[in-house]
Amino acid sequence: MEKKYGVYICKGCGIGEGVNIEKLANNVKGMVCKTHDILCSPEGINLIKEDMKNEGVNAITIAACSPRVKTEEFDFPGALIERVNLREFVVWSHEPNNEETQSLAEDYLLMGIEKIKKGDLPEPNILQDLSSTILVIGGGVSGMNAAIEAANAGYKVVLVEKEAQLGGFANRLYKKIPTGEYFNKPLIVDTDIDKLIKEVESHPDIKVYKSSKIEKTEGQPGLYDVTVSTNGGSETIKIGAIVLATGWKPYDATKLDYLGYGKSQNVVTNIEFEEIAKKGNGKILRPSDGKEAKKVAFIQCAGQRDQNHLPYCSSMCCATSLKQARYVRQNNKDAVAMVLYKDIRTPGRLELYYKEAQNDPGVMLTKAEIKGVSDAGNGNLFIEAENTLLGEKIKLEADMVVLAAGMIPTTREPQEYLDGLTLAGTKGDEAKAKYIEETPKPEFILNLSYRQGPEIPSLEGAYGFADSNFICFPYETRRTGIYAAGGVRRPMDMSEAQDDAAGAAFKAIQCIDHVSRGVAVHPRAWDITFPDPLLIRCTSCKRCTEECPFGAIDEDEKGTPFYKINRCRRCGTCMGACPERIVSFKDYSVDIIGSMIKTIESPDEETIRIIALVCENDAYPALDTAALQRKKIDPAVRFIPLRCLGGMNLVWIADALSRGLDGVLLLGCKFGENYQCHFVKGSELANYRFGKVGETLNKLQLEAERVQLMQVAIAEYDKLPDMINEYVERVKEIGPNPFKGF
Amino acid sequence: MAESNTVVIIGGGFSGLTAAVEAAEAEKDVIVIEKNPYLGGRVAQLNKYFWKLCPPTCGLEIQFKRIKNNAGVKIYTLAEVQDIKGEEGNFDVSVKVNPRYVNEKCVACDACAQACPSYRDNTFNFGMDKTKAAYLPFNQAFPMQYVIDRNSCAPNCKACADACKYNAIDLSMKPETINIKAGAVIMAMGWNPYDASKIDNLSFGKVQNVITNMMMERLSAPNGPTQGKIIRPSDGKEVKNIAFVQCAGSRDENHLPFCSYICCLASLKQAMYVREQYPDSKVRIFYIDLRTPGLYEHRFLKKAMDDPDITLTKGKVAGINEDPETKDVIVEVEDIFSGSKTKLKFDMVVLATGMEPATKTFQTIKNVSYTSDGFVDTGAKKGIYPVGTLKNPVDVVRSAQDATSAVIKGIQSLRRI
Repeated sequence: MEKKYGVYICKGCGIGEGVNIEKLANNVKGMVCKTHDILCSPEGINLIKEDMKNEGVNAITIAACSPRVKTEEFDFPGALIERVNLREFVVWSHEPNNEETQSLAEDYLLMGIEKIKKGDLPEPNILQDLSSTILVIGGGVSGMNAAIEAANAGYKVVLVEKEAQLGGFANRLYKKIPTGEYFNKPLIVDTDIDKLIKEVESHPDIKVYKSSKIEKTEGQPGLYDVTVSTNGGSETIKIGAIVLATGWKPYDATKLDYLGYGKSQNVVTNIEFEEIAKKGNGKILRPSDGKEAKKVAFIQCAGQRDQNHLPYCSSMCCATSLKQARYVRQNNKDAVAMVLYKDIRTPGRLELYYKEAQNDPGVMLTKAEIKGVSDAGNGNLFIEAENTLLGEKIKLEADMVVLAAGMIPTTREPQEYLDGLTLAGTKGDEAKAKYIEETPKPEFILNLSYRQGPEIPSLEGAYGFADSNFICFPYETRRTGIYAAGGVRRPMDMSEAQDDAAGAAFKAIQCIDHVSRGVAVHPRAWDITFPDPLLIRCTSCKRCTEECPFGAIDEDEKGTPFYKINRCRRCGTCMGACPERIVSFKDYSVDIIGSMIKTIESPDEETIRIIALVCENDAYPALDTAALQRKKIDPAVRFIPLRCLGGMNLVWIADALSRGLDGVLLLGCKFGENYQCHFVKGSELANYRFGKVGETLNKLQLEAERVQLMQVAIAEYDKLPDMINEYVERVKEIGPNPFKGF
Repeated sequence: MAESNTVVIIGGGFSGLTAAVEAAEAEKDVIVIEKNPYLGGRVAQLNKYFWKLCPPTCGLEIQFKRIKNNAGVKIYTLAEVQDIKGEEGNFDVSVKVNPRYVNEKCVACDACAQACPSYRDNTFNFGMDKTKAAYLPFNQAFPMQYVIDRNSCAPNCKACADACKYNAIDLSMKPETINIKAGAVIMAMGWNPYDASKIDNLSFGKVQNVITNMMMERLSAPNGPTQGKIIRPSDGKEVKNIAFVQCAGSRDENHLPFCSYICCLASLKQAMYVREQYPDSKVRIFYIDLRTPGLYEHRFLKKAMDDPDITLTKGKVAGINEDPETKDVIVEVEDIFSGSKTKLKFDMVVLATGMEPATKTFQTIKNVSYTSDGFVDTGAKKGIYPVGTLKNPVDVVRSAQDATSAVIKGIQSLRRI
């Protein structure tokens, strides 16, 4: 674009009182520069609009308040805009009318102008021949609901189920818990799974593949080529986005022999109990002798909340056992169901379901620590328990024992296998080959042909579930365009899985919409910029392909990276990773930030100057909030926002220090377990790269303390100014950079 | 096709916000009706989330950024829906917009608050401190715009208007009623903390150092009444010996018959606030069942159990009294196994007060049906979708999940007609 520059400086909100505006404006050379008392007022906005209309100004630097505020006012479609934060970063956080404050304002303004000089207006990168078909993998309750919701929203759906019929676990259930109010209703109702199956199979926009598997998933959102194999044959289908609804498996009950499983036929799992009830059409005929079971004990948390088995709670088993207690009770007035629990977990309105059980004299409920299950003769069983509400030590006799076994996501085995493979790979090719030879390979689900592996990567602490790391954004996975739903995502009951499926189906639709417009998906869901690497200078070092948090970059046979742009979230991690500095966005590049840094100069050999590279999602708003409270920050520091600290390129640090700046501060999000980075591990990667800063500093014979990385949460605005000021003091103690003036 | 491509979202808390940005990013026109002067709802009042112990403002910041970058979202604050008429695809939503007395020219410079001579109870902090009558709801509020509480103004005072250099204050603003055409409506009005003073034996409002869990969030937050220092109301003493009483109102037919889902995890989280702030502190939690269903949730419980200074006791609190001299709180607990009662003394007691759906008291929307405990019956009216805590008590993750799922239903409504 041919640029016509305009610089507009606001004097409001104390800027005019704290900074010499005339002197500031004198820094602007060779371009329109105007000041206004209140730039965000209609008159101020009009000043800019008039210049756009009459002078053709289209590259606008607005030196006023934080870019986080007055966004509606300072929105000029078609123009390149840079906001310079004079209010929060200068006058609200520094002493007015002082040389250092003035110098700070001038540096920010010059950096802003430099950015707009180097940047350009982006055009979206819209790929051709996009598909808007949604693939749903898994034909259980979650998958079928996802398919119906997406189809009813106007999308074509392909549903792939590995079994010969749809329905999943629901096929094995006798009844389900009703939703809505539990009073005056039957406490168990039909699953209606047949109706749901019929709805799916007769829907004109849903194509169902049964007895089928995903052989290969190639490509990217909007342009997936998914190969589905059915009974030996295979077919490749164009797909836009994917809902992963492959559900869960019950925990391997043979490991529950300490609760009598495998020793007595009359010890069964909760799933087996459903099948017994279904087979008997409500009659509970026990396996050993077909006798009707009239006294059934339910042992909750069988192999759950137990570090030796499943260290989590599967959420749905308490309510399931209460439901199954109804099976025992429905035909026999004198039948007894005994539920032995650690805690009864019936959250929300399920509590009312629990209350119904409490009101039934034939349902006995007690907290208990199970000590053992043993043979009582005639197929009956003894259950010994301690610390119960019925006494410290009790021994109960039952016709049957039902173990409330937990859920294991279908993604767990592939993830464990792949994590093992990665680990073996770190030990060398030999170890890797040995691993592949010796470890049984589980069945993969997605079979992605991605550089970073064929499945959704594991998430620390998620025990193999394909969950999001984020509380606020439950559908975020690290594979763009693939959204998990139901029991594969997190332990949940059938009713929650239905809603979850609708949510995942929506995210898939939204993703298709975004790629059709060349816009990134969450969290930069407005961004039409994209990374455009200058591949001619690529050395195939593979850092970008390895570090991309979303697996957006593949490699050809020679190891040259190529972007699958619809997988990209525009965080700029690849830009930070690249030692050749070849990854650029139109308005964000190594050169742009580097050039901004180069505008900063110390006025003399004694004055300290520090740059801080700041995560714009958390640290930047924290700085704004500190400024709102008028917390003071040392005027030696200049903040430069990054989309994510993962975009931090080491060359900036080397350049800054070799040019005589006295320190570099990096402000990123918390990393490690419970990380807060919106781009998964940006600050962690920055920290990893930061580990190599030592070499640079050594070469320059500079002190390591001049460069520091801090982990900051958005709510730490109260501590942040002190953290920064203490760091500046340390740099001041070290003294000015000896390269100053060279 | 529907006459309107618009989805009206009632409530700008986490559910409403999620529905709004998600729908807008799928190219729908969205109008958010929020009764507070700010967005973010209950989440904005939280110090940290369980189980990650991360700040909710982090996620809110992203949501706000998504809104700022999306022209498809229109927000009315201080607004309440009065009636919804019509059918799916063609609703008429009438909304009363109360005056803010501050217009969009506000720059949040604080001059009005500095000039204002009057004070009001800070409702954001549950009345634990005061603000000026001209105030910013909190320091990361969106919109970043002051508001004037006219009920707290001194008679004929216009000090704020005189102090404002930006023509942002208009004390003559009047309530307005606007009518919006919409194809679908998402109800996301959220919940209110149950009024703890109704639970007689727990002495809230009678014993000074008994507070609620939501008050505890404000007390722990850096933008709270004590800048995050956990001190007790009576004398500002540091809270080193604290008890949490679970199911305060919840799972009780006389109060809230259901389980409020979040309180066990919230108390565990708050126990960690205290333990982090005062390493020599001791925490006691009295519960009926520890309800931490799920993956991380259960690990979070384990983390608390591994702390020898957090004691979890299955027991029922029979009564709470005050030591008149020290203002310490005396808790009478019934051991659930033996039935024996003991009295224990604490610096402060937090009641794990439950969630009451906003629709328990706010049922101006007539054309949907409500359950006996105030929740919206799902699927009661085509085209109107209740989400999150209006259907069932849930946490933030599940609210966001449910709000997202409601958007696809809204889209179906828009295309059905």
